[in-house]
Amino acid sequence: MNFDPTYRSQKFRSVGTRPRRPDGIDKVTGRARYGADFNMPGQLVGRILRSPHAHARIVRIDTARAEAVKGVKAIVTASDLPDLTNGNQSLFNILDNCMARSKVLYDGHAVAAVAAIDANAAKQALKLIEVEYEVLPHVVDVDAAMLPDAPLIDKTLFTGGVEPTPETPSNVALRSEFGHGDIESGFAQADIVVERSYRTEQTHQGYIEPHACVASCNSDGTAELWVCTQGHFVFRQTCADLLGLDVSKLRVTSSEIGGGFGGKTHVWVEPVALALSRKAGRPVKLVMSREEVFRASGPTSATSIDVKIGARKDGTITAAAANLRYTNGPYADIWAELGAMTSFACYDLENVKTVGFEVLVNRPKVAAYRAPSAPMAAFAVESTIDELAQELGMDPVEFRIQNAASEGTKSSYGPVYGPIGIGPTLEAAQSHPHVKAPLGPNQGRGMACGFWFNFGGQTCTDLNVNVDGTVTLAVGTVDVGGSRASLSLIAAEELGIAYEDVKAVVADTATLGYNDMTDGSRGTFSSSMATISAARNAIGVMRHRAALQWDIPVEDVTWEDGNAKASGEKYGNLSPLSIKEIAAASGNTGGPIAGHSEMVADGAGVSFATHICDVEVDPETGSTRIVRYTVIQDAGKAVHPAYVEGQYQGGAAQGIGWALNEEYIYGEDGRLQNPGFLDYRIPVCSDLPMIDTQILEIPNPNHPYGVRGVGETSIVPPLAAIANAISNAVGIRMTHIPMSPPRILAALNRERNQ
Amino acid sequence: MVSVPVSTTINSDEVEFLCRADESLLDVLRNRLGLMGAKEGCGTGDCGACSVIMDGRIVCSCLVLGAEAEGRTIETIEGMADGNELHPLQKKFIEHAALQCGICTPGFLMAAKALLDANPDPTEEEIRFWLAGNLCRCTGYDKIVRAVADAAQEMRGKRA
Ligand code: FES
Ligand code: FES
Repeated sequence: MNFDPTYRSQKFRSVGTRPRRPDGIDKVTGRARYGADFNMPGQLVGRILRSPHAHARIVRIDTARAEAVKGVKAIVTASDLPDLTNGNQSLFNILDNCMARSKVLYDGHAVAAVAAIDANAAKQALKLIEVEYEVLPHVVDVDAAMLPDAPLIDKTLFTGGVEPTPETPSNVALRSEFGHGDIESGFAQADIVVERSYRTEQTHQGYIEPHACVASCNSDGTAELWVCTQGHFVFRQTCADLLGLDVSKLRVTSSEIGGGFGGKTHVWVEPVALALSRKAGRPVKLVMSREEVFRASGPTSATSIDVKIGARKDGTITAAAANLRYTNGPYADIWAELGAMTSFACYDLENVKTVGFEVLVNRPKVAAYRAPSAPMAAFAVESTIDELAQELGMDPVEFRIQNAASEGTKSSYGPVYGPIGIGPTLEAAQSHPHVKAPLGPNQGRGMACGFWFNFGGQTCTDLNVNVDGTVTLAVGTVDVGGSRASLSLIAAEELGIAYEDVKAVVADTATLGYNDMTDGSRGTFSSSMATISAARNAIGVMRHRAALQWDIPVEDVTWEDGNAKASGEKYGNLSPLSIKEIAAASGNTGGPIAGHSEMVADGAGVSFATHICDVEVDPETGSTRIVRYTVIQDAGKAVHPAYVEGQYQGGAAQGIGWALNEEYIYGEDGRLQNPGFLDYRIPVCSDLPMIDTQILEIPNPNHPYGVRGVGETSIVPPLAAIANAISNAVGIRMTHIPMSPPRILAALNRERNQ
Repeated sequence: MVSVPVSTTINSDEVEFLCRADESLLDVLRNRLGLMGAKEGCGTGDCGACSVIMDGRIVCSCLVLGAEAEGRTIETIEGMADGNELHPLQKKFIEHAALQCGICTPGFLMAAKALLDANPDPTEEEIRFWLAGNLCRCTGYDKIVRAVADAAQEMRGKRA
């Protein structure tokens, strides 16, 4: 398939408009079916027993009494999920996280599961499962876990990425390093150097829909899974691997998804539900409680970060360095590495070095959370940049503009940038009315920048032209925030037909080729590329059919505005054939008309944003109110601007919650103390002002319409923007996120007592 | 445990059901009556995804017992539209893109309806405080507040 993804400037008819979304009516009438809204005949209720300890050896599990409870149909433990991972460590980690094997590694780690005819029987059975634990010393703090005498999560773990490999095990799984130039000589050239240390606490994605699935295993080795997920094809692969099923025999259907933000890219309960169903011989519905969601799914890393930046008096940064330590939960991943890559991505630096350390702790396995790892790094870097600007006596926006990366800059993580949006977002900020608005007492203004890579990845799409000339578009990327509307716009644009004539659906794993997750802001980027390719293929078929109808060579048929046209003088008397006419005749011209596409969507354009925020700090209570907030971000091309704005606003709101309130609080015993929305407080409607947005469009050269991913970058700048605003409001530099009232009050009191 | 017989009115229909004494109204709606529009986001009264209107008041159905529905009048999201004619709030939510994932939407619509029933001309601040019991993690609330204000304006126009 020779698809050319190169950007070409054009006048759009559909793209850039704001039509109603195709799933709107179902969602406002309560008809849309989410993870927990599906049932199967004879279905059982599944429940999971979880560890009350942060770290313990499992000595014995006795399920005999639980099995005797009336209505209990199956109980599974690790022995019902045998290790089929064949030395694949990351797959083994997933298995061990779904059901603890020899040790429990965090408060909330699954140890057993029950399937019963109703919730009461299941609950009763959970109480009767006897687990004998040998409690082990635990560690939850990132810096404490790195100390030489820290309790070891995994005694066989020796830090990777260092030469030579250490001789003693530790909780540091991996060291990674990025950068170029020579920071020592860079710092020597600096007139001013600012060096600071920061901490951020662990937060949760906080999707309102808990994880939920219905699993049904049949005796013939086939199975079905209905699940809320960001990637049903990936779930199929992982579940098939863990349960020893043929991939083709497991059919996964993605439900409507009630928020994911990265947290639904990982399997948690699904393999367990399948194991229960296999053992019970009946379908099993497994829905997590909110407490389970907090204790056992998704959080992001807690971090501890040192940043050092030096600049000359003229405002040129001469060197920048960061040392980043990220918790991973009990299993090694690459969270600090992502932090190390993104730290300085906004800037054009001659000398830069970042080092990341993946640290194991007795907390739940870290999952991706919207631009994973970037917000914490940006908090540390953008706070330091602000202080440096202050010391230089420069305007913070001006200072950033002077050092911003641009086309041709070698990024701090390696690649050389194409056309990018950091400069333009900063210039837009400079001329935005927000920066000139007056401030009241105890108010301050701050700004910060953010970056995210964006991904492309494997994508497969089918476009079927129906006999009436309307189009069904089957995509394999889950719609997390309106992508069915965006992709319908894309298909309509490319085919030259009305938006209303396209119906996009998310296909299940049995009806479409493999698709990667909806993550990395790739949903609309990659599926739109595949949709354009599929539409072009369908147009090829339709030109061919028109040529047949006219009995002229296909080379003489062009496609314009939803019609086949005969080109050239000699066919001047042939009136165009519309898509409807071609479709109506298809039965006689060669059968159904469809366009397919399979691709690795490369070239996801990197994304930059600048945020401006005004806060008001109450000096009596230390509480902070967001007074005004503006998001400026490059979208490449906004396909459906209302949903692009929605992504900007939603990410900003999550960042505001992270900055001001949200945090996992662990007790001395290593148990999570706030696993609920009452004590883990996400922003509510009365906490926030309107969130203004400005969409910039700097076309991505590697997408036919110039589209870039837009979903994630908006969560990156808020932590620092708010910290900078607080510093300008009350003169204190907060280095610990969240900047909750007690922390701010303590800082204010320290300041007053000095 | 013995079941309790309950007679109630849901979306103008008389409904009878049996439920356990400790069963929540949310579980009854979802598991016994097939009314799945109310969602369970927390089960502890903190998210508002399960909001329904009971005797004119907005309640978290996860905090109401099924047995408490006896003799009451309950409105759920399934009864909000008049047949195929959407309620102005439903229309405005779609028009303003006030939903992304949509899991919070039924709860927000019920809460917003209760607000406009009580106060047809709310200020932005009144809207924000009235809806503070409903969590949305996707939208940042901006478009939700606009949709509610716009629906209120349209409904006032109609009433006048
Ligand atoms: S489910 Fe009732 S308030 Fe959250
Ligand atoms: S739209 Fe997703 S929680 Fe509100």
